[in-house]
Amino acid sequence: MERNQYLDMFIDESTEHLQALNDNILKLENTPEELSLVNEIFRSAHTLKGMAATMGYEDLANLTHHMENVLDGIRNRKFEADTRLIDVIFEAIDDLEAMVSDISGGGEGKRDVTRVQDKLAQIEKGELFEEAAVTVENVEASKEMYAFDDFELTVLAQSKEQGFNAFQLEVVLREDVILKAARVFMVFEVLEQIGEVIKCLPPVDQLEAENFDLSFTVTLVTKESEEEVEARIMKVSEIDKVLLSPVEEKEHPSQDESGIPESREQTDILSDQGHDPEDLNKPVSKEDKAAPAANKTIRVNIDRLDSLMNLFEELVIDRGRLEQISRDLKSSELTETVEHMTRISGDLQTIILNMRMVPVEQVFNRFPRMVRTLAKELNKKVNLEIIGAETELDRTVIDEIGDPLVHLLRNSLDHGIEEPEQRRKSGKTDTGQITLKAYHSGNHVFIEVADNGAGIDRDKVLEKAISREVISEESGAGLTDRQVYELLFSSGLSTADKISDISGRGVGLDVVKSKIESLGGNVSVNSRLNEGTVFSIQLPLTLSIISVMLVEVQKEVYAVPLSSIIETAIIKKEEIMSAHNQKVIDFRGSVVPLINLTDFFDVPASIEEDDHCSVIIVRKGEKMAALVVNSFIGQQEIVLKSLGEYLSGTFAISGATILGNGQVALIIDCNALIK
Amino acid sequence: MSESSLDDIKVIVFQLKDEEYGVEVEQVKSIERVQHITRVPSTPDFVEGVINLRGVVTPIIDLRKRFNIEGLDHSDTTRVIIVTVEKMDVGLVVDAANDVIDIPRSAVEPPPQVVGGLEAEYIRGVAKLEKRLLILLNLDKVLNSEEMDEMKEIEGQV
Repeated sequence: MERNQYLDMFIDESTEHLQALNDNILKLENTPEELSLVNEIFRSAHTLKGMAATMGYEDLANLTHHMENVLDGIRNRKFEADTRLIDVIFEAIDDLEAMVSDISGGGEGKRDVTRVQDKLAQIEKGELFEEAAVTVENVEASKEMYAFDDFELTVLAQSKEQGFNAFQLEVVLREDVILKAARVFMVFEVLEQIGEVIKCLPPVDQLEAENFDLSFTVTLVTKESEEEVEARIMKVSEIDKVLLSPVEEKEHPSQDESGIPESREQTDILSDQGHDPEDLNKPVSKEDKAAPAANKTIRVNIDRLDSLMNLFEELVIDRGRLEQISRDLKSSELTETVEHMTRISGDLQTIILNMRMVPVEQVFNRFPRMVRTLAKELNKKVNLEIIGAETELDRTVIDEIGDPLVHLLRNSLDHGIEEPEQRRKSGKTDTGQITLKAYHSGNHVFIEVADNGAGIDRDKVLEKAISREVISEESGAGLTDRQVYELLFSSGLSTADKISDISGRGVGLDVVKSKIESLGGNVSVNSRLNEGTVFSIQLPLTLSIISVMLVEVQKEVYAVPLSSIIETAIIKKEEIMSAHNQKVIDFRGSVVPLINLTDFFDVPASIEEDDHCSVIIVRKGEKMAALVVNSFIGQQEIVLKSLGEYLSGTFAISGATILGNGQVALIIDCNALIK
Repeated sequence: MSESSLDDIKVIVFQLKDEEYGVEVEQVKSIERVQHITRVPSTPDFVEGVINLRGVVTPIIDLRKRFNIEGLDHSDTTRVIIVTVEKMDVGLVVDAANDVIDIPRSAVEPPPQVVGGLEAEYIRGVAKLEKRLLILLNLDKVLNSEEMDEMKEIEGQV
């Protein structure tokens, strides 16, 4: 089908627009007066509707259309953007999201949306919140005069900076005026000769239709003096009088709170003009047209980046060979060239890796919405703060990190933050605080989920762990606080007294932990009773390059991820003991099972055994195992490769890598070795 | 498909022991000399291991072992034919790859019950060309063996 070609683009863009809708509606809830937000929301919805209609997704287009009508109502101050209304809009967005994800899954984007549509239609007719709407209108009518919107304020401010004066003129026509519209036209012509009209009330189209009494008000930006302006207007016939007053420069109350950098807000509003023909009576001054330089980006398929990476890795391997050759030949010219190439390919590597990095914002930006909904369900008051959303992570990590973070946030909301009443009792503010923070440190990215809630009750955790037989009573007594908190990550433990929909089913934290570990990271928790809890996730910057220990098993080379190694050791044969047919060693006081990789991997034996064995102690969570190898080669950064679809299920091998000599080495999956 | 290929099949001809086999050109990505093969543990014995094929780790299957023909050490003529089946790239180790030829569709006959001891399900057909006999392989069957399925099942249980 023809539309397939555009489908990817459609899905990408609609997801972006839906996200923008979510973000802005959340903001709108906090600052209902901010009309620029409504404009932005309206624009997203409008574009979405257009795209959906073009692509032939009628349900999507219809629902968006209804939503748009309601938004239009908000924009024109017909309804107030209160919580109930916003709830309905969110409901609609949920449906839209479901449809888009259906489409991206290959579906037709069909969905029964009549319920939401009815609600929207009701709002449109003003039935749902009739009373509210009426009162709002009254209020609006009384303070009718001259609220400047953001755009107008910006223009005003800029004109002032450039030495223009801003006046508000009330032009009153004579009572016996015959051609009202003509006079108005003449006044405007005069005004436009000496300056620019920013706003007029009633709007131009109404003036032209003679749809006004005898006076109208205009805001003018000009370099002329007050008297000059007045004199010029009075030259138009049938004008009774002109009342001039300078416009006070008032800061828009919510401008600072909007959180959008000013320059961006300005461009958004500028581009907004195209969509609102009725607002064309606001001329755009030249200064405003100088939009900030656009952020130039292109979309690239991740496959292409992958193949670029592959090619580059090939280059790195050849570079290794060249270095070897130049060392052997000792030709200074060759050596210089190779060194130069090495430096350049180093830079190239950084760039290629950077291209695969995406800001963690992609994952974070769906959380405010989620937290809002959950908090409502739980009757808690929560403020979510996001710090460091611009922190970048490898694309592959980003794709995987969402679910664990959802778990942790839910956990904080459900177990961490107390109910408002409870919070007051403990002398805290009603509203709980959850902070989601991402930052770089060394070769890792840290993501923290912190709350200022009840904290973890050590005794409760311990009691639960003992009753669920996660640990024995004796070993429980000697644990440090931190060790007790670690118990939270074991399966089958949840300390919520009440089992709720959100968490408390005893699965969750253990899933989080195994997920994070499968990404090569780890997760820890710290807490203070009554002060709060911090979950901290440490993640590698990229999944495609990892640190490993290369070892030799007979003549084969294997790689063991450094993240699972505790230490390496050389032990004597007689230290190996046997328990239940399983060879074990005593490692720093604990009994560790021994796995001989030669036997385990059926490696053809070619090296004679001696009295010493080299072992690597690896761990999976708290459990350990000792792997017997023949020799250690050393630590190295390697590029992680998949074994390919055909061998994907291979036991205890998590992938492969290409060594400097061009050969493939297998990466051992320590998690599979330890049960 | 273009018209000429309606009547002709273009195949790569390779040798295993004394017999000639053919795979369609469309399924073949490249033909490589044997390079270092890294053994992969706990795989069926016909899986020789993996190689580094221009930066992509590619699994290698020994066709002799796959068809239960006695093994032979790699020689100068030994080649690895990289084929693509269902988006998987897999290398097949063969004794020699000598030819690319067009065979008319009419020359292809359905597989006989037994051909050189090879189970007929791996065979799509047999082409008679003058004095040569060419066995056309059904690569899907060659690659998706019960052994592989079993292996994956065991994985699932572990």
